[in-house]
Amino acid sequence: MPVQVKLPTILRKHAGGEPKVSAEGDTLRDVLGDLESKYPGITKNVLSEDGGLHRFINVYLNDEDVRYLGSLETEVGEGDTVSILPAVAGG
Amino acid sequence: MTRYDDILDAIGNTPLVGLPSMSPKPGVRLWAKLEGNNPTGSTKDRIALAMVEAAEASGELTLEKTILEPTSGNTGISLAMVARRKGYRLTVVLPDNASQERLGLLRLFGADIVFSDGDKGTNGSIEVARALASDEKYFMPFQYGNPANPQAHEQGTGREIVADLPEVTHFVAGMGTGGTLTGAGRALHAHDPSIQIVAAEPELGDLVYGLRSLDEGFIPPIFDPSEVNRKFLVRSDDALRATRELTSKEGIFAGISSGAVIHVAQRIAAEVDDGNVVCLLADGGWKYLSIEAWAEDVETAEKKVSESLWW
Repeated sequence: MPVQVKLPTILRKHAGGEPKVSAEGDTLRDVLGDLESKYPGITKNVLSEDGGLHRFINVYLNDEDVRYLGSLETEVGEGDTVSILPAVAGG
Repeated sequence: MTRYDDILDAIGNTPLVGLPSMSPKPGVRLWAKLEGNNPTGSTKDRIALAMVEAAEASGELTLEKTILEPTSGNTGISLAMVARRKGYRLTVVLPDNASQERLGLLRLFGADIVFSDGDKGTNGSIEVARALASDEKYFMPFQYGNPANPQAHEQGTGREIVADLPEVTHFVAGMGTGGTLTGAGRALHAHDPSIQIVAAEPELGDLVYGLRSLDEGFIPPIFDPSEVNRKFLVRSDDALRATRELTSKEGIFAGISSGAVIHVAQRIAAEVDDGNVVCLLADGGWKYLSIEAWAEDVETAEKKVSESLWW
């Protein structure tokens, strides 16, 4: 299933400067895998060494944080939007 | 009882008001907890007082020390007021793109300001403050790691909601330090474990995020993700739209993060048939006038808000 992936500024250099790219997969893990095959190195700091999501990265499916859904196994559907962002603090 | 010995006693016990025009269906009621009614106009008065009094009690904070804190604004303003009342000096580390109102309020309460790189947001202020804190003249409450922060929201914010609206089903608040969500979440879950605690997080503009590396991300140590049931990202244009609707439909003048919370509450409300959704409106609108959030021309307002540090 094709989904749109919104990239944070810091990752756009891997994708020719594009803020948004398209990727395929049935789960978030597949989508990130497809992204890596198209743009090698792009998920290096998104995934941790044990294959989970990096602590300081938040990934959202249609604006909902996937850590509270199914994390990397969250199912995605056609037309969904995945957003990748660094964790920020406020206050 | 609305008579207090001094201004610090007037912190908390904020009103919970219904939002009849913004509730999407008859069975779902939205409620706003007006934290802008605190003495300096934000919910941070609660944690500023709690952190200072905890440090006084433990002996860590004495009158010879200068309080030092990294902040995007509100916590600094609250600490400045508490420091004035109690006779402490205060230095705040603030991103250099903070709004003019924040600077003005900090200065009028006598705070010294150290600027950090605005491109790095509050994360940059934390770095600078940590380096300064090695000097022993400073006491750093550090809202991101101080248990008095969630405790103030557990004993105050959360219990006030339980007392005012025992039938609460959802609580929505912004994710800044995680103190409000963690603390109020504890009090609400103690009352009824089925209450949904929902976080709203800002999608800040590229200018605000800047080019920070992904490794520079920061998760506040006091944030307990197990108290939170769901978390949503809110774009600044959605936050702005809801902020302006609060003013036009409900007569409530609140800050931009309040709009983000309302936006998430409306999304939640659309999913359920009945419920009582409490929205924590963290501050009043005063500090956002200079960024023209209520400009007649919505596009101007959207542009200004997306370029500013509204969290």
